[in-house]
Amino acid sequence: MARSHPNGPRPTQITAGRIGLYAFLFIAALFFLLPLYTMVVTSLKTMDEIRLGRIFALPETLDFSAWITAWSGACMGTTCVGIRTGFWNSVAITVPSVALSVFVGAVNGYALSLWRPRWANVLFGLLMAGGLIPYQIFLYPMVRAMANVSLYNSLAGIILVHVIFGLPLVTLLFRNYFVSVPEELCKAARVDGAGFWRIFFEIMLPIAVPMVVVVSMLQFTGIWNDFLLGLVFAGRDNLPMTVQLNNIVNTTMGERNYNVNMAATILTAIVPLVIYFLSGRWFVRGIAAGAVKG
Amino acid sequence: MPIKRKPHLSATFALLPTWLVAVVVFIGTMAWSIRLSFTNSTLFPSSTYVGLAQYVKLFSSAKWLASLQNVLIFGVLYVAGCLLLGFLLAAALDRKIRFESAFRTIFLYPYAMSFVVTGLIWQWMLNPTLGIQASVRSLGWETFVLDWVVNRDMAIYALVLAGVWQGAGLVMVIALAGMRGIEAEQWKAARIDGIPVWRIYVSIILPQLGPALAAAGMLLAMGVIKTYDIVVAMTNGGPGNSTEVPAKFIMDNLFGRQNLGLATAGATVLVLGVIIAVAPFRYAIYMRNRAKGVA
Repeated sequence: MARSHPNGPRPTQITAGRIGLYAFLFIAALFFLLPLYTMVVTSLKTMDEIRLGRIFALPETLDFSAWITAWSGACMGTTCVGIRTGFWNSVAITVPSVALSVFVGAVNGYALSLWRPRWANVLFGLLMAGGLIPYQIFLYPMVRAMANVSLYNSLAGIILVHVIFGLPLVTLLFRNYFVSVPEELCKAARVDGAGFWRIFFEIMLPIAVPMVVVVSMLQFTGIWNDFLLGLVFAGRDNLPMTVQLNNIVNTTMGERNYNVNMAATILTAIVPLVIYFLSGRWFVRGIAAGAVKG
Repeated sequence: MPIKRKPHLSATFALLPTWLVAVVVFIGTMAWSIRLSFTNSTLFPSSTYVGLAQYVKLFSSAKWLASLQNVLIFGVLYVAGCLLLGFLLAAALDRKIRFESAFRTIFLYPYAMSFVVTGLIWQWMLNPTLGIQASVRSLGWETFVLDWVVNRDMAIYALVLAGVWQGAGLVMVIALAGMRGIEAEQWKAARIDGIPVWRIYVSIILPQLGPALAAAGMLLAMGVIKTYDIVVAMTNGGPGNSTEVPAKFIMDNLFGRQNLGLATAGATVLVLGVIIAVAPFRYAIYMRNRAKGVA
């Protein structure tokens, strides 16, 4: 019997053990929340206030100018256009990458689990092995190959790269999902004359909507948070937000504007955080599904 | 089934792009990289083979050796830290706690953030002149030191701290799901026997969570080998070589120093490392499945 809640009535007595338990939880919560709190208060201070060295103090007045600078005026080297270009680049990269990889992964999972064409297990094994191997071994030849077909340093190129490197996980999740679909469903449809694609679009995809949501969220946060691939493949005009954020914070000359840096950091984190806070259990389910490989 | 052959063609056809990726990208580029590691390539690929010279050079590089040592220290502490803290949090949340879902949300949110963001937050928190150190000192503890990010001996632990902050929630989620799957009868029986709660967690719950925790540990360990973004954001490998990691060494030689042969040799070593790390797990799972007769 699986429980979604602890068993039995809530204990009513207050014992030393219970107090210790709550003390542990509150200290842990403090540890997890402190960085978020620090980020927010720092971003609302002026530099004069930050120089006082009271990192945990509340700002004396709410000053949103750092946010405005971070969004539209912060400098990366000599260009000072803020992180907004990175934001829109990340949107342009992430949305098509997620849509494409979820579609391809769903088709893969469906074909691998319910049709099992020849060599299906070999392909699946190759994909899983590919998913484990560090990207560094693929990078240089991929750069060369993509340069040959003019995809290097382009939006289409970075989207393709994200779809490729997303395939192992997405395929795995959909395969595991479709394996639990009764095979009779597929067989019956085939007897009725429905083909591969019709069964996919009319029966399997609608069944798999929960998995589509979970995988989309997982891929969205994963691709939004990517740094390495964006750095290598996106090219100067399409650099994702994470790369631009790092450039703003770590390559500035002269005095660092910590308030602007923190505002830019929050702006970069906010999209995955909103997804997380809005989706709660779905996000957890995605993580759990992603974790049970093996 | 008379209609069997034709539909299978569409299934095969639908998998063609994935075959292409698996063969060309995963196998093809890897073979190309491994081949390059045996040549004297610098800025451009060369076809002059030099045997194991790049590997010899790699393992006589102080930076590479430091990066191996760093990733080992970081990896062990990070995985152990996440597993321990994650398990403790899950066990605490399993004790019929008020505001359970609020706590869970708080413990997991860092996992939604990127390594770059994580690295930058902690770089700021640990800033020696304006961060936690300055705040504690201004409270009157004048000799308080928390200068990890700028201290050669401590910088790697700063990475561990940030990493555990980001990843412990993952273990908590997996462990808590496992605990909720444990039969209520086991709890009753153990309670009737008068076994203290902490012993139940250590001796009864922990062994049953073994596979789930191993999976979580694997997931984290794979991340360790790929560690790159958090280092770039937080310390950029410094001070000195104290937080250099293999993935960063390879990237630097690949794109910064135009040292293709050396970089691909490093990447090959990294792949070997993954195989060595994963093989025992795969073998154990394979043997277990075979023992169960479901291989």
